[in-house]
Amino acid sequence: MSAAPAVSPPPVAERPPKERTRPIWPALASPGIVWLLLFVVAPLYVVLSIVFGYVDPIFRTPIPVWNPLQWNPAQFTYVLTHIVGPNGVYGPALLRTVIFVGIASILCLIIAFPVSYYVARLSGKWKGLLLVLLIAPFWISYMMRMLAWVNLLQDDGLVNRILRLGGLFTVDVNWLTGQPVVVILGLAYGYVPYMILPLYAGLDRLPQSTLEAARDLGANRFASFWRVTLPMCRPTIVAAVLLTCLPMLGDYFTGDLLSASPTTAIVGNLINNAVQSPGQAGQAGAFVMLVLIVTVLPMFYYVRVVSRGDEVKV
Amino acid sequence: MTTTDVRSGTGTSRTRSAKPRIRGPIAWWNDPWRPPRILVAVTLGYLIWSLLPVLIAVMFSFNDGRSRTHWQGFSFRWYWGDPTRSVWHDASLHTALVQTLKLGVITTLITVPLGVLFAIGIDRWRGRIPAGANLLMLISFVVPEVLLAVSLLFVVTSLTLPITLGTTAQVIGLVTFQVAYPAVLVRARLATIGRQYEEAAMDLGASPLGSLRRVTLPMLMPAIFASTVLVFADVIDDFVLVRYLSSDASTEPVSVKIYNTARAAPTPALNALATLLLLAALLAIAIGFLVFRRMTRGDATTADRGIGAFAGEL
Repeated sequence: MSAAPAVSPPPVAERPPKERTRPIWPALASPGIVWLLLFVVAPLYVVLSIVFGYVDPIFRTPIPVWNPLQWNPAQFTYVLTHIVGPNGVYGPALLRTVIFVGIASILCLIIAFPVSYYVARLSGKWKGLLLVLLIAPFWISYMMRMLAWVNLLQDDGLVNRILRLGGLFTVDVNWLTGQPVVVILGLAYGYVPYMILPLYAGLDRLPQSTLEAARDLGANRFASFWRVTLPMCRPTIVAAVLLTCLPMLGDYFTGDLLSASPTTAIVGNLINNAVQSPGQAGQAGAFVMLVLIVTVLPMFYYVRVVSRGDEVKV
Repeated sequence: MTTTDVRSGTGTSRTRSAKPRIRGPIAWWNDPWRPPRILVAVTLGYLIWSLLPVLIAVMFSFNDGRSRTHWQGFSFRWYWGDPTRSVWHDASLHTALVQTLKLGVITTLITVPLGVLFAIGIDRWRGRIPAGANLLMLISFVVPEVLLAVSLLFVVTSLTLPITLGTTAQVIGLVTFQVAYPAVLVRARLATIGRQYEEAAMDLGASPLGSLRRVTLPMLMPAIFASTVLVFADVIDDFVLVRYLSSDASTEPVSVKIYNTARAAPTPALNALATLLLLAALLAIAIGFLVFRRMTRGDATTADRGIGAFAGEL
C-alpha cells in the first residue's frame, strides 16, 4: 500500500480523487530532498568537474571546469592508461581489491549464515542474550576492534605467544607488515556484523511451517536446505552481501592499521593516497568515479531487492 | 512422563529415549531431532572470536605498565592516574572524546527530524519525485562512505562556501550519510500501522496536519526513538567522513585518534580512550533499549521481536 510508488499505475488510477497529494506532504519531504540534492548529487558533479578539470601548475590545487563542453579528459585517461600495460601501477591494487573483497565477503557469509540461522531458529531465554552478544560488535567502534587486533598481533603479542606454546616453538611472524592473510581476515572480522544483522532479520521471517513441511514431505537435510530455505532467503543473502561488499570497496583503514604496506593496498588506499598528496585530487576523483561506476549497478539492485521486500511485507 | 503427556504436547515434544545410546555417525547424522551441535559450535566460536579481542583490549587499558601485551597489574593509571599521558590529563585525548560526543549529539539532533519528516512526506506524496527521492535516500545509505567523503571534501576545499572544514563540515557529512536510518525505520513503521487511524481522525474532523501530529506521530514514537539511539551510536563510531572533513587535531574525534596513533607505539591510554567510547556507545544502546521496551509494551507488532525490532530490520 505504501511501497512501490510509481511502479504500479493501475492502483493510483483507481484511487478516489480525494486521495490526491496534499501540499503538506511535499512540504514535509522537501527539506530532506533539498539536503540530499545539495550534499549527494551536487558534490558528485563537483567531483566530475575536478576530474575533468586542470591542476594549477604552481600551487598544485585542482581547478574545476564547470562547463561539460570544456571538460579536459587528461586526468581521467591518465588513470585509465596506468591500470594495465607497461605503466600499470594501479592494476595490481585493483586486482587485489577484487580478490580481497571477494574472499572476505565469502568468509563473512560462511561465518554469518550459520550464526544468524541458529539464532533466528532459537527460542527461549537464551535467544535475547545471544542476540545482544551478536549485535554488540556492530556498536563497538570499528577502530577499537582493529586496535584490539593490532595489540594481539604485535611481535610480542598474544598471538605469537600462543603459537609459541610456552617456548615449544620459535615463532617470529611479523603479522603487521604486509601479510595479505591478516588484511583479508581483518576485513572479514570488521564487516561480519554488517552481514549478520540483515541476515538475521531475513532468516527470522522465514516461516517455520514451510521448512517443517519440506522435511515431512521427505526432503532430507540438504534437499530441504537447498530447495526450500535457500531460495526463500536469496534476496536476504544478496542484500546482506551487498551491504558488506560495498563499504569494503571504500576501505583503506583496515589495511593501514593491519599492514601499512603498499603490497596490500586496495582501491581505497589508492583513493586515500591520492587525496592526501597535493596535485592528485583529479586522480582521487577518477578513482572515486571508477568505484562509483562499478558499484552503481549493485546499489540499484540492492534498492530493488529492498523495495520488493517491502511489497511482500505490506 | 506418560505417553498421553507426549501426545497431548504442543507437537514439539520429542521422544528420544527409545533410541539406543550408542549410534553410528550415519544414524547420528540422520536423526532429525539431534541437537544442532555444529551450529552451536560455530555460534560460540564466532562470539569468542568477535568479542574476546575487544575484551582483552579493554583489560589492557587497566594495565599498570606501558605495555599493551604484557600484564603488569591493575590500575587506573591510563584513565587519570598518570599526570601527563592519561586520558584525563592529556588534552589531545580528551579533546577527541569531547569532539566525538559533540558530533554525535549535534548530528542526531539534525538527522532525526530531517529523516522523519522526509519519510512521512515521501510516504504520502505520490508520483515520480518522491519515488526518485526515495531511491536517492537508499543510495546514500549504501554508497561506499569514502565516495561521499571525498566528494564533500572537494566541495568544501574547491568552492567558496560559508562551510569550512571542521565541525560544520563533519556534521553536514554525517547527517547526509545517516539521514536514511530514521527514514527507513519510520517508513517501515508507517507501513505496519497503515493509513486507517489517520483516516479515522480525518473523518472525525481533524486536519491532515492535526491528525499527523495527534495520531500518527505518537504511533511513530518508538521508531523515531530507536533511530535516535541508532544514529547516535553510529555517528560516534564514524571514521571516514570525520577524518576527511576535520580541519586540524582539535576536530579529530576518537576514531581518527586511534587510527593516527595505533601503529605509532601508543600507551594503554589509547585503549582507555577506546574503552570510554565503547562505554558511551553501550550506555546509549542499553538506555535506548530499555526505554524502547517500555514504549512498545503491549504493542503486538514489535513486542515479540525484542531487540531485533529495536536494531531495525533493514
